Amino acid sequence: MSIVIEHMTKSFDGTQVLRGIDLTIASGELVALLGPSGSGKTTLLKIIAGLEWPDAGGLAVHGADWLHLAAQDRRIGFVFQHYALFPHMSVRDNIAFGLTVRPRAQRPGKAAIAAKVAQLLEFLQIAHLGDRYPAQLSGGQRQRVALGRALAIEPTVLLLDEPFGALDAAVRRDLRAWLRQVHDETGSTTIFVTHDQEEAFELADRVVVMGEGRIEQIGNADQIHDHPASPFVARFMGATIELPVALHAGRAQAPGLDASRLPHRALPDGPATLFLRPADVTPLIDPAGRWQIAHRSSNGALLRLELTDGAQRFGIDLPRRAPEAQGLVPGARVNLRPEAGTIFPGPRALPLPAAAPALPRKEKSL
Amino acid sequence: MTAAAIKPRRVLPGFSLSLGTTLLYVGLVILIPVAALMLKGAEIGPARFWAIVTAPRTLAALRVTLTAAALATIFNALYGLLMAWVLTRYDFPGRRILDALMDIPFALPTAVAGISLTALFSANGWFGAPLAGAGIELVYTLGGVVLAMTFTSIPFVVRAIQPVLEDLDPALEQAAMTLGARPWAIFRRVVLPAILPAWLAGSTVAFARSLGEFGAVVFIAGNLPFKTEIAALLAFIRLEEYDYQGAAAIALVLLIFALVLLAVSNLIQFRAARHLEPR
Repeated sequence: MSIVIEHMTKSFDGTQVLRGIDLTIASGELVALLGPSGSGKTTLLKIIAGLEWPDAGGLAVHGADWLHLAAQDRRIGFVFQHYALFPHMSVRDNIAFGLTVRPRAQRPGKAAIAAKVAQLLEFLQIAHLGDRYPAQLSGGQRQRVALGRALAIEPTVLLLDEPFGALDAAVRRDLRAWLRQVHDETGSTTIFVTHDQEEAFELADRVVVMGEGRIEQIGNADQIHDHPASPFVARFMGATIELPVALHAGRAQAPGLDASRLPHRALPDGPATLFLRPADVTPLIDPAGRWQIAHRSSNGALLRLELTDGAQRFGIDLPRRAPEAQGLVPGARVNLRPEAGTIFPGPRALPLPAAAPALPRKEKSL
Repeated sequence: MTAAAIKPRRVLPGFSLSLGTTLLYVGLVILIPVAALMLKGAEIGPARFWAIVTAPRTLAALRVTLTAAALATIFNALYGLLMAWVLTRYDFPGRRILDALMDIPFALPTAVAGISLTALFSANGWFGAPLAGAGIELVYTLGGVVLAMTFTSIPFVVRAIQPVLEDLDPALEQAAMTLGARPWAIFRRVVLPAILPAWLAGSTVAFARSLGEFGAVVFIAGNLPFKTEIAALLAFIRLEEYDYQGAAAIALVLLIFALVLLAVSNLIQFRAARHLEPR
């Protein structure tokens, strides 16, 4: 089912959580809403589910206006961050809930429900857990039950709120691959919310990066990684180094900076800011270099150097065994050669998107 | 050379002292009086005990007490649930005040409650006069006994449900909504199972409390033997008559009722906790 969201706004107690969202999701697509906490991604998901209502805007699914439909009538599968399994019901009864709660006329027979549940338990690889209670399950097992409960009603749209947030790393990787498989086999349109880039890029067809209630960029991993659309996305994608540069004929210039590896940019001359990831910078030893190594640490594979030019201090990473890592000792001076980076016009300390509150707002977990 | 055994030390000091004090208190204030009552009852002997308990006046008093307590508990169970629901689910001006008012029956001396209720509901009182016009009389009737018991035991129900309702994860109800459950189905299949143990336990304690209510009841009941005389009052009357055995026998019956009810209440909560704790 295609989902079309238009000009959607929402505020809680005077704080704008969504500032005009326009998004179209194709039928059968797997989309991630990626952003830091307070970016509005969970609110957007809950509005699609019918658990929150926008102040303005449109939401149409497969041509039908969903803002006039109660959550009960949207037939969505929603998987909550902390699973929200019914504690007094067995796994079997949890999964059957969406079927047993239907009005008598539309309710499948007892045998049909039991068969459906058995089939889902099998599909979710938890057939042996049918008679357990949620408190007796591990986090990963609860997640599977929560997904099974959502899938039992054969939802038109599957929505997942931080589906792997509460799990440890190994289980997370496991479930990620499995969720992709579930999505492909059920053919549903799936949207999930996450703050984990790796998760978003690995799992989703398309990633929607959100910040401060706006969509900052939509794309796949390579597009967003290589061409961040805004300083916000660049920062969120790990570009922690922001160097003031001057643009001349599409080239960045700054003392001590060898910008030869950076592509020309069709930007007007003037002050600009170069956003760099710590791993995309090569230090070049030069006794008259602009930066001095203030601190050096190693995790065995990577060296981390803290550099300072007196005004600004930042860290860069490079492989410990790389030839250019020789002689990088505290006190040595270096110049820098960025291997990749993004330039945004305007001086440094570019403000975050306008009217951003200073503190990230704690996401309302309703 | 042998290493000396290491004696583990408690991180929190004062365990023996605090436990000792607690046990002493429980013994002196709770167990010894109860045991004394049991002994007194045992002294009477089964035949005499049976004679006292099955005397017509005793039976009538026990019937009045049980009937009134049961009616009061049914009312409180329903009204208490509604009250707890309103206090936890809605935010409205004066909610905190209403919440605080719930404790008045706990704090108010029961005799004061009895006197005010009698004044309000007597034939020329604020409520009594219009009710009398409608042909309803509460003072000096079983209805009055029920009224007094209702007043003093309502907080037990409200305060038992309230914390459970507050702790109920809203995501559970939202999950039920997304699965297509209508409000009534959500209440019946998600909310009610969660609060049922607390509700039953609170109602049971309210019932136990009503059985023993004395102060509030005696003023409004009129205390007519065979009609509105409650068991606790009858025990008191026997004591006044220096009939210690009679008093002890009636008290013992009330005690047995209360202990059974407390056991039931604990059993309900224990059974409810079965699924909620990881094995």
